[in-house]
Amino acid sequence: MTKWLVVVAVFAGLVMGIGGYTFIYAKGASYLTNDPAACANCHVMNDYYVKWQRSSHRSVAVCNDCHTPTGFLQKYMTKASNGFWHSFYFTTGNFPDNIQITPGNRTVAADACLKCHEPLTRSMSPGHDTPGSCLKCHGKIGHPQ
Amino acid sequence: MKSPRLIFMTAAVAALAAAGVTALLVNIFERKQEARETSFRVVELNDEIDDAAVWGKNFPFQYDSYLRTVDQTRTRYGGSEAIQRTPTGADPRSIVAQSRLEEDPRLKTMWNGYAFAVDFREERGHAYMLEDQTFTERQNVVTQPGTCMHCHASVYLPYKRLGRGDLIAGFEAMNKMPYKEARPLVEHPVTCIDCHDPSNMKLRVTRPGFIEGMREYKAAQGVPNYDVNASATHQEMRSFVCGQCHVEYYFKGSEKRLTYPWTKGLKADEILSYYEENGFKDWTHADTGAPALKAQHPEFEMWNQGIHAKSGVTCADCHMPYVRQGAMKVTDHHVRSPLLNINNSCQVCHNWPEQELLDRVHTIQDRTYKMRNTAMDALVELIGDLKLARSNGTSVTAVTAAQASQRRAQFLLDFIEAENSMGFHAPQEAMRILGLSIEHTRQGQRALLVR
Repeated sequence: MTKWLVVVAVFAGLVMGIGGYTFIYAKGASYLTNDPAACANCHVMNDYYVKWQRSSHRSVAVCNDCHTPTGFLQKYMTKASNGFWHSFYFTTGNFPDNIQITPGNRTVAADACLKCHEPLTRSMSPGHDTPGSCLKCHGKIGHPQ
Repeated sequence: MKSPRLIFMTAAVAALAAAGVTALLVNIFERKQEARETSFRVVELNDEIDDAAVWGKNFPFQYDSYLRTVDQTRTRYGGSEAIQRTPTGADPRSIVAQSRLEEDPRLKTMWNGYAFAVDFREERGHAYMLEDQTFTERQNVVTQPGTCMHCHASVYLPYKRLGRGDLIAGFEAMNKMPYKEARPLVEHPVTCIDCHDPSNMKLRVTRPGFIEGMREYKAAQGVPNYDVNASATHQEMRSFVCGQCHVEYYFKGSEKRLTYPWTKGLKADEILSYYEENGFKDWTHADTGAPALKAQHPEFEMWNQGIHAKSGVTCADCHMPYVRQGAMKVTDHHVRSPLLNINNSCQVCHNWPEQELLDRVHTIQDRTYKMRNTAMDALVELIGDLKLARSNGTSVTAVTAAQASQRRAQFLLDFIEAENSMGFHAPQEAMRILGLSIEHTRQGQRALLVR
């Protein structure tokens, strides 16, 4: 009984060792933070990172402010889901050069405007008080060309 | 009995997991390496090497895409289709593009008496520019000058050799030669050296026609001695290198000097008034005797009238968009229609689904095509009326007036017809020009009413 426990322990340790090394090598922990540089760990995001740095929002909002929803659980669920799919596509290489936002992620980003701007937009004319409608006109605000 | 099986299962699962994680690790490692190696210097390049294969050793991704201009793909209104033909001694091509004359016989009427009425095919990719020019049947109908080489071959080195180091002198010398005499002096279709400085890869203009055309154009706008290579910005250069050839031109005088008619402006009617002033004609129309003009692929001029030009979007932005090779952004040297590569071309700026973007372009092109057909029908009618008028006793004054109208209407229509975007480069401008063409046709027909 103890003999196979040792063997299991060796194999499990091996996987955890390689897994742990991979996690550190791939800067896995950085993804749990709010640091925008973490999103550009993969060079696919370089353009978006650079454009954000030149945007009006660079000093008031980081990636997570617009691209994750409010609420701890919702935020990390979104990060986990995007983390998985981004890794998946970046590893397999099967994605368009000019990446396109998914409908779900677009909703998250569109709703995020009101996190800060709601007090102002509430008092504005129609179109400015509907959640998710900001991007129709202000879609380039976070990453101007 | 139970425990050896369990050990085996555990080992198998752990081995799979370890293999998976290691594969991921290696992939991450490779992706990180991609970001380091971005250029390769295998050969020393200089201003005497025009073989793209040599340049390609240093720029393998660019060279690889450059070679792909052999692809023949149709779009709704452009591109080319590979048509098989039986090679002959005079023309060894086994594949050509579809004939535009067969697609639209009205073109034959419009160009009657000119070489284009004999053979006019859809343009193929850059790789074929020299071959298709060498073997077109137009060569058998008229003696073409060496001037044609300016845009159908890599002439930078041949010009310099012919001019003993002087590009312009070489240009002037080759213009005067018959085509068949000039042909052995060139070897390649457009290559790297035509647009790039070998020492630093900066874009440069090497075509005398554009250098002189731009100088005249700027001088007319009050900017004397404009030197495109010294004054243009990098972003301007991303259009100017294409504008070296994708323009309206004519052969000036007996020395057949290639000239871009831009001193009155780049718009079709401004170019027409240039020709009206200097009286140039390409040929005399066989049916009507009109002193006719042939417009040639004025993409650069039309793009200049459009919203993309106004927004600072260049030819290369859409026709040679960035593609990602590992961590590198590489300019796609497979020059082609953006409609074949909507993600890389359009979606850089336009965040709409590909189908939506394609539909928008087709809407513009369908409308332009309908208007082009209306203008073409009207012109063919005028040509018929004129032909009749010359034999039914209509006054010479009336016929001359109608001939002048035909010349104008035909040039403006041909400007849109020959332009390779079916209106897309400047939609409203295209409609304006076609409207003007119809107006000139109307004036021509009205002139004939007075016998």
